[in-house]
This record gives sequence, C-alpha cells and structure tokens, in this order.
Amino acid sequence: MGGKSEPTKSESMATKTTNPDLLNTSFFSFKSLKLKTKQQELLLRISILGLVYILAFIARLFSVLRYESMIHEFDPYFNYRTTLFLTEKGFYEFWNWFDSESWYPLGRIIGGTLYPGLMVTAALIYWTLRFLRFFVHIREVCVLTAPFFASNTTLVAYFFGKEIWDTGAGLVAAVLIAICPGYISRSVAGSYDNEAVAIFALLLTFYLFVKAVNTGSLAWALGSAFGYFYMVSAWGGYVFIINLVPLYVLVLLITGRYSMRLYIAYNCMYILGMLLAMQIRFVGFQHVQSGEHMGAMGVFLLMQVFYFLDWVKYQLNDTKLFQTFLRITVTSAILVGGIALGVGTASGYISPWTGRFYSLLDPTYAKDHIPIIASVSEHQPTAWSSFMFDYHILLFLFPAGLYFCFKRLTDATIFIVMYGLTSLYFAGVMVRLILVATPAVCLISAIAVSATVKNLTSLLRTKQKVSQTGSTKGAGSSKASSKVTLDQSQPFQKNGAIALLVGVFYLLSRYAIHCTWVTSEAYSSPSIVLAARGAHGNRIIFDDYREAYYWLRQNTPTDAKIMSWWDYGYQITAMGNRTVIVDNNTWNNTHIATVGRAMSSYEDEAYDIMRSLDVNYVLVVFGGVTGYSSDDINKFLWMVRIGGGVFPVIKEPDYLVNGEFRVDKGASPKMLNCLMYKLCYYRFGELTTEYGKPPGYDRARGVEIGNKDIKLEHLEEAYTTSNWIVRIYRVKPPTNRL
Amino acid sequence: MAARIWIFSVVVAVFLSISAFSSAQDLQIVNAERRIDLSSHIVKAFLTLKVENIGKDPAAEMLLAFPPTQIKNLAMVQALAITGKKKKKTYLPLDVKPTEQPDAPNDTGYYRVKFISPLGPGETVSLEVLYILTHSLEPFPVEITQSESQLVYYHDSAVILSPYHIKQQTTFVKTPTTRVESFTSVEPANRAGKEIKYGPYENRASYSYTPVIIHFENNSPFAVVEELVREIEISHWGSLQITENYRLTHGGARHKGVFSRVDYQSKRSVSGASSFNALLAVLPPRVNSVYYRDNIGNISTSHLRTGFRKSELEFEPRYPLFGGWSATFVIGYRVPLEDYLFEASDGRRYLNFTFGCPLVETIVNKLTLKVVLPEGSKDPSAVLPFTVNQELEVKYSYLDIVGRTVVVLQKDNVVPTHNVPFQVYYTFNPIYMLAEPFMLVTAFFLVFVASLAYVHIDLNIVRK
Repeated sequence: MGGKSEPTKSESMATKTTNPDLLNTSFFSFKSLKLKTKQQELLLRISILGLVYILAFIARLFSVLRYESMIHEFDPYFNYRTTLFLTEKGFYEFWNWFDSESWYPLGRIIGGTLYPGLMVTAALIYWTLRFLRFFVHIREVCVLTAPFFASNTTLVAYFFGKEIWDTGAGLVAAVLIAICPGYISRSVAGSYDNEAVAIFALLLTFYLFVKAVNTGSLAWALGSAFGYFYMVSAWGGYVFIINLVPLYVLVLLITGRYSMRLYIAYNCMYILGMLLAMQIRFVGFQHVQSGEHMGAMGVFLLMQVFYFLDWVKYQLNDTKLFQTFLRITVTSAILVGGIALGVGTASGYISPWTGRFYSLLDPTYAKDHIPIIASVSEHQPTAWSSFMFDYHILLFLFPAGLYFCFKRLTDATIFIVMYGLTSLYFAGVMVRLILVATPAVCLISAIAVSATVKNLTSLLRTKQKVSQTGSTKGAGSSKASSKVTLDQSQPFQKNGAIALLVGVFYLLSRYAIHCTWVTSEAYSSPSIVLAARGAHGNRIIFDDYREAYYWLRQNTPTDAKIMSWWDYGYQITAMGNRTVIVDNNTWNNTHIATVGRAMSSYEDEAYDIMRSLDVNYVLVVFGGVTGYSSDDINKFLWMVRIGGGVFPVIKEPDYLVNGEFRVDKGASPKMLNCLMYKLCYYRFGELTTEYGKPPGYDRARGVEIGNKDIKLEHLEEAYTTSNWIVRIYRVKPPTNRL
Repeated sequence: MAARIWIFSVVVAVFLSISAFSSAQDLQIVNAERRIDLSSHIVKAFLTLKVENIGKDPAAEMLLAFPPTQIKNLAMVQALAITGKKKKKTYLPLDVKPTEQPDAPNDTGYYRVKFISPLGPGETVSLEVLYILTHSLEPFPVEITQSESQLVYYHDSAVILSPYHIKQQTTFVKTPTTRVESFTSVEPANRAGKEIKYGPYENRASYSYTPVIIHFENNSPFAVVEELVREIEISHWGSLQITENYRLTHGGARHKGVFSRVDYQSKRSVSGASSFNALLAVLPPRVNSVYYRDNIGNISTSHLRTGFRKSELEFEPRYPLFGGWSATFVIGYRVPLEDYLFEASDGRRYLNFTFGCPLVETIVNKLTLKVVLPEGSKDPSAVLPFTVNQELEVKYSYLDIVGRTVVVLQKDNVVPTHNVPFQVYYTFNPIYMLAEPFMLVTAFFLVFVASLAYVHIDLNIVRK
C-alpha cells in the first residue's frame, strides 16, 4: 500500500535533473528503460533503505562473531525454552503448559502468564524456513530474531518519518535508528527478549495510527489495531500505547483539532485493539477492568460525547441553546463517568493501579515499596552518562527536532512530540525504558537533521542561482529571489552553509563511530560467558556458568530441586534442565522472600527452610576468585531486604556495621555466619587468589575475608566451577535420630 | 565326572551333526601362552597357541571358547597364523566368526577360527589370537571419594578355557601399577612388580576352569561412550561433513560425597586420581572447520594440532569427570572430499572412511554411524570387515525435496581396534548437483518477476 502511493508523493519531492541530454546519451540503448527523475530518486531511496536494512542486521552480529551464536542474559533463556517447547509440542500444548520445573512447589502456568508474541513469531519463522526446506536450528532463529526485527523497525521508522515530515526525514530516521545504541542494547543477536519484537510492534502501531489519523481511513486504523494486538501479545509495555494514544487524542480534543478522521481512527483502533488484546490470556479483561486502561476508555466515551455534541450543534443551529445543552451534557457526562469509575473501583471491579505502574510514574516509589523491582539494575533511574552513551548526538538534535516540530504543528508532529516527551520522562525513571524512547528520539532528531540539511542545501542552491542570475542581471534580481528565506546582508552565507553542512556530517560520522564502538564494546557481550584480558593481552574466557549448569544437567537426579537467588532461575531451568524454587518471573514475592530468608539465616535455620522446600542443591555465584563483581555477595543486601520485607526476623542492620556492608574481619557476626556467606566463602580461606596477598583475599571486594574457618553441617560441596564463579552445594538428608 | 559327560555329549553331538568337520577332540593345544593387559579399562588378551591335529582327518578350523561372563563383553577377536621360523615370521590374518555350539557347557560362547589350509593329521600350526574385553573391570569399592584411588576386580580363569586338551600353558597378567590388593593364587603363581604369573600348568583337560580374582589399582580414565552417533554427510561440492554426538561417562567407581575444588586444584596428584579431564580425538589429516560444543553452546577448552598423517584434537569436557558423571557433547569437522570419495571401476562411487570412535582408549557401548549420501543417489551398499546392523533411512537437509538416503550402520561394544576403513558404494548422477542452485536461481527470478509485475499492475478499484 505504502509503495503504491510513493510515486505521487515523490514527485513533489523530486529535485531537478541535471541534464536530460546526458541521461539520453548514457541510456541510448534502453530508451524505454530510461530513468526519469522520480525513478532515479526511487531507486536511490530503495537502495539506501536496502543498505540500511542490511546494516541494521549486521551491526547486531558482533556478539555472534566474537563469541558464538548463543542466547544472552537471563530472560531470553526462558523465552528460548518456551520457544523450544512450542516448536516441539505445538501451540495447544504450549497454551496449556503447566510448568512444574519452576517455582517449586507452586509451579507456573506458563500459557497464562507470558506474552506469547515473541515465541510465536520465532516459531512461525522457524516453521516457514522448515517449509521452504531451510533446516535451521531453532536456536539460530531465536538468536537472529532480534536483528531481523531491528531491520524491520528501520523500515517502519522510514515510513513513520515520511508520514510526519518527509521522505528525507524518513531516510535519516531509518539510518539513525538502525545504529542507535539505545536500541541496539536490546536487539543484538542473541538478545532474544520480548523487547526485540515489541519495539517493532510499538513503532508500527504508532505509525499506522498516525497514518489513520492523517487519512481518516478505516483500513489504516484496522492495521493499527492489529499492530496493537501484536504489541500486546509481545510485551507488557503495550500499556504505554494504551495510555499515550488516548492522551494524544485528548490533547487534540483540547486544542480543538477534533476531526472525523480522528474519530474514526481512535474508535476503530481502540475497540478492535481492545477486543483483540483480550484474546491474550495474560492480559485478559484488563482493558475493561484495570485502572491503567481506564484512561483509554474515558477518552473513548469523551469522543462519543464530542461526536454527539457536534451532531447536536449541527441540528440545533442555535448557539445559546447549544451552550446550555453543552453545559448540561458535559457535566452529566463527567458526573456519570466519575460515578462509574468510583463505583467500579469501590466494588473492586476496576483494579487500582499496580505497583509497577506507580513505580513508572514516580521514580522513588519502588525503592520504598517494592524492593524486588528496585533490586534490578535495569530498573534504576537513568544516569546522565547513560543517556549520553545511548543517544550521543541525538540528545542535542532532539530539542532541535522539537523546535522544527513546533514550527510545523500537524496532527502527526503533535503525536511525535508527545511520544518523545512522555517516553523521555519514562526513560529518565528507568534505564531500560531508554529503549522505548529511542524511536521517538531518532525520529525527532531525524527531523532536525533532515530539515537542517535541507535548509542548508537549499541555501546553497539559491545562492548558486543567485550568482548565476546575478552575473547577467545584476543585484536587483538577487534581492527578489532571496526575499523568501535569505537575508542577503550576510556575505558569508554560502561559506557558512558549507561549514554547517560539514559540521553536520562530522557530527553524524562521529555518531556512527560512537554507535559502532558502543555496540562492539558494551552491548555485545552475552553476560553468560565472561571475557577478560590476560596478563599477556590474550583473551581469557570464563565459561563457569555453563560449566555449572551443564554439570547440574548431567550429574544430578532429574527431579532435583535447586535453590538459588532468582536471577539464575531461568538459566538453570533452560540450561541445567532442573527444577528451581524461584526464577526471574518474580510473580510470588513471598516465595522469593523465603529464599532470601534462607540465604540470610544461620545454617540450621536455613536448613529447616530448605527441607520444607525439598531443596536438594543450593547454587551460589561467587566472584571472589576472579574479581567478578555482580555476584551473590554484592546482591546479598537485596536478599536481606526482600526477605526482611516479608519476614521481619530478618533485619537489615544485623548485616551492617555502622551502616556499612563488610565481609572482612569487621563484618557483623550475623553476616559472617549466614548461609550465603558460608556457601560463598567455604574453604576460600585456604586459597591464595593474588600474589602478595594473604590467603582468602576476596578480589571482587578487595578485602581479606573475615571468617576463614567455615564448617558446614547440613550441606556439602557438590561442585565448584574452575574459576569458582558458581558453587553448588548438596543438601544432606537429615541424620538419623538416635 | 559331570564335565566328562558334558564333553562326551558335545563330542557326540558335534560328531553326529557335522561329521564333515573335525570334532573337537581331534585337536590339542601343545603350548599356550596368554598375556592379559589390564593397564587400561579395555582388557586386551594375547594368546599364542600351538595347535596340533591328533585326529585322522584334516581339520579346517578350530574353536575358541569363552566363559559366559566374558562372551557378552567380548568386543573383538582376531587371529593370525604364524608361518615361517623366527626371523622370517609372517602373519596371516584368519577368518574368525562367532558360532553356536549345541550343548555348550554352562553357556560357553565360541568363536570359530578357520585355518588358511586344513590342518592335516599330525601337523601343527602356530596362532596368535587377540581378544578384547570391555566392562570387565569391576570397581570395588563401588563408591569412592575424591581423594581415594580406584580399585577394581578382574575375574578370569587361571587356565585357558578351551574345548581342547592343553598340554602346557602359562598366563601373565599385567597390572597398571604395582599396587595389587590381592589375587587368587593357583599354584604355581607369583607376582613380580606389575606382573602376575599363573603357571605353567601341565596337561589340563578340555573345559578346565579355575576362577581367579585380581584386585588392583587402576586409575586410567574409564572413558565409556554410552552412545555415539556419527553422521558423515557427503557433499559432491567438495567436502565431507562429520558430526559426532557423544554421551560420555566415567565408567569406574562412583564418586561419592564432596567434590572440593580447593583439593582438586592444589593437590592434583592425590585428589581426583581416578577422574579424567583431558580427552584426545584422532581426526583425519586436512581436517578443517572443527567445532566442539554441546546443547548449551561452545566449549572453549580444546586445542587442535593438524598434521600430515593425522590431526589431534585435545579437548576437555566442561568439568572433570568423576565416577558416574557424564557429559554429552558434539564434535564436528569437515574434510576434503577427494581424500575419501573415489570412483570404482564399475562407475559407482564409494566412500572410504574409518569406522569406530576417534577418541583414544574409549569403549563405545553403542555406535551408530550414518552415511548421508547426496540427494539422488541410488543403490547404496556398505562393505565392512565385521558384521554390523544395517538399515536405510531418509534425511532431509537444506533444500531437499526427495530427501537423502542414509546408510545406518549400528554396532555395539566398539573399541579402538574397530577403527578400520569401511566402504559405502552408491551410484550418483552429477546432474543432481545442479538441482539446488537451480532452485535458488528460480526462486530469485520469480521474486523479481513478481515485483516487476506488482509495479506494473494497478490494483486500485477506482482509477485515480
């Protein structure tokens, strides 16, 4: 559809050809195939887009080249495991899957508690390739899903840019988003997470909605509803759409931009999108029952009121009467809406906002109320440096783009401005939401770049024309031609424009260099395999995680239950194929708190907890030998806090000395004897980790440990990986009573 | 007495049923020497026999007998005939086949050795027999801790089990270390260093059996591949892709209790003596694109040395293997086609490749070797020097339509001596090589034609 409308649009865009005769001579033999200007432009545009498409894909392959084709991080392992299940057992089994391998003894209804979009997408790609006789492994499909969708996102960004500004902005947006680190961070090969397809779905929904608002076409609105459906099926971030779109509509209503196009676009998108979204089991009836979705419903009703008023106004033809009617209607509408909301909330039909939603609006909320959200590093408020790191020059182009948007306010630019501003706020609240803001930032920056470059080049062109005409006709005509945009009093305008253009290209090239560097250095490490530089500059690989998980998989009974901190839950079930007590799904805070309590109790107390949970093995991550800092000792305070949040016997001050967290001789006695400390440092006191340091020197914290004589009573060392990063302990059966 | 009756009945039965062949008692073994090598977990026994025909008819073959405990673990029996004297000795391989004997006493198993030429009455022949036993070392104690050394039992007979009368025999047993806890003494028997000598024993009747148990230390890696699936995919575009799926276990005494990394790191000589960490695979020369991985990704601890005669891949599992621990992994590599694929005189092509397992000193409980022939090949047939189960299946790979014929060869109890060449013959028309490129070209062509058509067709209902 988009392709069809292109030629007509590009006609207006097309720049003048240099010389038609030249073209004639070069294509003399293909007279019928001679390229017209607009065809040239089309060819150029398509080849640029094609290159960007490929670039977006290959820029994300650093990790495959540097490490291997593998799944990264934590959550992707769950997604991979479920995708594997889906491709092996089929969709119905997947939908009805009760997973007894996690959250022992509770289990987890996987089909009803996940967003299936990613898995279904990967499985569809996999089945299609199989059908086309490409016998790829499902892992390869999963690894390359994110880059593939990133490529698709660039195309959507192009069309979006074209819709809100022009094709030039669209092309720049495509290029910017293809390599923007903020997006690459979540879409490198192997980062098989919901966000990988969700950003594509998000941008697609927005684009189709803006297109629907611009055209008033039901078809686009329908497309937008399906885009929304895909987004809902893929990621919980759909809440952003269902709140941003009504907010946008509200702003349009308030600013007096209500139109039939808007009415059609929003109603169709909302109603169909809502009905479709209800088909996702995890979302269910939230669209009509949860407070987070009520805004959309309110705006929907408001729309009807607007339409009704419009109709009444048309029928009445009397301003005075209409004013009265307006007052009555608006008051009663607000009243009815307010009462409905009040009754719904009071009766519990409409659920109040969830803690996650609050923590988005208020950066300090999670820290005080939900330690489990606050404990995740990617949920921390964003530092300025990470904005700079992820956006680089876009951070400066963004305000410039906003300026251009405000200069040319349309329904579309209002949308992108609102999208940019709201998402940037959320990006400031949580590091991971930089991702959501990235498309908006890229689009707005693209407008800035495109508009600037266009202005500058047109300046150059007019100047040329001026000098050409000026030589023949004199100064008089130059005044006339420059009155549109130029101030002829500046003598170095042309040079200035050239300098500025060079500056822009310099900035853009710095951006490209920065993006490549960030991608290769920061965002392409799988985090499951650690790499370090050796003393001779050689690369040392610490593959301890997989060593431990594979050991679990091969050498423990198949029904063994593993207790570990929740971070490693997904990885243990996916790679170790063993049952875990808690995992990254964090749906049951009490269960996690129980594990936190066990880890922070004395061994005999912990033993009772572990016995009650049927735990066979305990797994801890320890970086004292290698200097790996994100280990369980450094996460320990969060375990204490989360455990203490539910079980008041665990008190944070017991583990601190003067408010300081220590593991050396000065540490608190409770700290030195809690289970986590014992398991991490068991027999560590006998080991010399660094030359010239006493035995038991913890390299991650740079201290000599305080308790070197650790005796375990109810547990025994079952396995420790070669660099000590993962340590596994067997829980002994209870001794016979005498 | 019972034995006598047994033998008598065997003799009668054999004599009556297959009177064309010489009966058992027509042969006797003048001199027998047996050397049993227990230094690894693969037990190798060398028999030197001097056989004499004391009957009236020429004997075409002789029988080798094995007790039932050994027959199920017997991986291979080879026999050589020695001709010539002293320095001019030449060895000729003999045909050895497992055989059934009716009324075999106590489930004794037999192998039949066919002489080069029938042994005339009064003639003698010297034979060398090699047989290999797997899973014949029984760990005792069954479970050991990390610091303990592995002790095993070996059960055998002090005298050679044979359907023939043996005039004189000696057995030497070689143990890996000097540490021998105990051994059953059957006079005359003595031990010196790493060697236990049983015999010489004179004039033992047929089917004599004197059980002995040797209890000794054996810390050699008990690397047992429970299942190995090797897939050899032939591509006529120039390479042979080999993928080997291993399920490796430590078949020795089970590990019990703690695994301590501190001890394993610092006291390597005493701690984990029975465990093993390094493995060596002997791969073909000119091997390339070698990979070593498992279900969850690459394993980074491997080292490849390529050479003219062979390549060696040194690798380590993700963790050291203690008794009872197992590891699964995949090794894959590619070799140039021209080294292994030839054209036979009748126009057929044949693959000449090595059977068995590339890992040194390992037992394979179940080996499945799949030769994936290129799509369109016909009439496959495999030629092997020993019997294996054969079947055909179909595999679909990239861009296959009818699928590729796969010759599946399956054999249990494989030891390194099975690493001998085998051949798979098939006919193949080279025109099939072009099928897949042609399909791709067609697909791309159709895409371009379709986009060409799309650009030129107006799909609008209303003309703009």
